[in-house]
Amino acid sequence: MTTLPAKTEKKLGLVIDLDTCVGCHACVISCKGWNTENYGAPLSDQNAYGADNSGTFLNRVHSFEVQPEAADAAAQLIHFPKSCLHCEDAPCVTVCPTGASYKRVEDGIVLVNESDCIGCGLCAWACPYGARELDQAEGVMKKCTLCVDRIYNENLPEEDRQPACVRTCPAGARHFGDLGDENSEVSKLVAERGGMDLMPEQGTKPVNKYLPPRPKDEMPEFDVLAPFLEPVAEEPKGFLGWLDKTLEKL
Amino acid sequence: MHPAPSVIFFTTFSGLGFGLLFFLGLGFPAVTGWTAFAFFAIAYVMAVGGLMASTFHLGRPERAIKAFTQWRSSWLSREAWCAVGALMLMGLYGLGLVFFDSRWTAFGILGAGLSMATVFTTSMIYTQLKTIPRWNMKLTPLKFMSLSLAGGALLAGQVDAALVLLVIAGLVQLYAWVEGDKAFAGSGTDMASATGLGGIGKVRAFEPPHTGTNYLLCEFVHVIGRKHSQKLRVIALGLMTIVPIILLALPFSHIVGVLAIASHIAGVLTARWLFFAEAEHVVGLYYGKR
Repeated sequence: MTTLPAKTEKKLGLVIDLDTCVGCHACVISCKGWNTENYGAPLSDQNAYGADNSGTFLNRVHSFEVQPEAADAAAQLIHFPKSCLHCEDAPCVTVCPTGASYKRVEDGIVLVNESDCIGCGLCAWACPYGARELDQAEGVMKKCTLCVDRIYNENLPEEDRQPACVRTCPAGARHFGDLGDENSEVSKLVAERGGMDLMPEQGTKPVNKYLPPRPKDEMPEFDVLAPFLEPVAEEPKGFLGWLDKTLEKL
Repeated sequence: MHPAPSVIFFTTFSGLGFGLLFFLGLGFPAVTGWTAFAFFAIAYVMAVGGLMASTFHLGRPERAIKAFTQWRSSWLSREAWCAVGALMLMGLYGLGLVFFDSRWTAFGILGAGLSMATVFTTSMIYTQLKTIPRWNMKLTPLKFMSLSLAGGALLAGQVDAALVLLVIAGLVQLYAWVEGDKAFAGSGTDMASATGLGGIGKVRAFEPPHTGTNYLLCEFVHVIGRKHSQKLRVIALGLMTIVPIILLALPFSHIVGVLAIASHIAGVLTARWLFFAEAEHVVGLYYGKR
């Protein structure tokens, strides 16, 4: 049923640390690797070795440059992984005409039942985050499942029972847990670091949170050696001084 | 948005077909026998043809029947119900007119209502999307319905009604363009809110996630042809409303009527192409594009 549950028992989701992400794209690759071999249709590529290649990915890493307003502040480069945010008010679910898209009551994961999907693409139109991609080979909508086939999978060692992207991240920039439980590690992290929503004005109430980059350190002035170092002359002297004055006069 | 031919043909011709069915259902013109058959055939070819075209953009058209299940929440599902309901009731109504020379008024009125409801539900599929600010306004259903009624009146040969409705549809379209041009800026969604990084400074897309293209860019970030949008707007409005109005003002003949209809259809197709090509999805912001 494509009406949204009024309340979910858990709010499983990701917390992504924009301060820590190094932009290595390991999460992209491990996501594609796991999800092409497991739950649902494989994630196809088109013309993978040609000039005009494309393919289906459930997780993509953008990079943004942010230029602070202060004149002397250096620009910052921020790597920005983006996948389904498993919104509480998921617009992709309610638009679905077939009931293929649904939000689970038990954990809040948004999933697609691929055998019901007609590939109309309307859910991808309704998603502001670009989290859904229509697989060009299979003709059905693909999206992040929060590795639903890993997190409850008792055949896997316990440390592997988390989404592939979280398990693989070498920087520890991705965290998985219940954001509905205020005592969970992820909820504490969000509270501590001021976790934020993407496009809050769209009213989707995303479960996934992003931790903003920490303010840049400021290098303190070292003055231990300062008495031994004469400041560099501001005004040129000698030949350069003469040249400067002469050129000024011209 | 990518202006897919299947969706442009679907919205244009189903709008015209259901517009004609609306007038036929209310008994304008009050035709029976083979004349009625001809009118109904035109309406059904357009409405059903449009609906068939819409299935071409599906990834899995063989499962299209499942789209009837979610009428509680989904406008696309409601559209499917309204369309089938309208076509069935108008089919019964047409059966009476063509073969029994009798007017089953109740079927006609209900069918006319469902025909307009179909156009309304179609427009709501687009209107509901907050992600596409240009469509997310009350003018969108107004535009679809006024155009459908104007085209329907034109096809039904209701010259007086068509003249008034064409003027209304043209004005609504103009107003929709004026308001639509301001919609994205007015939505409050920009790169700062998309990334949450606006508090640090000005955000610029530095590097996309992939070297090639992807489904999102093909579907949502269509920029080809936008530079001609002003010219195309003039062409669309001219063909859609002004030329038919001038032709209808001339002494009526079938040739003039056919020309007015042809011009109107060409204009609506152009306007509908613009409706998609000019629409900007907020996901483009993540790519630094609109």
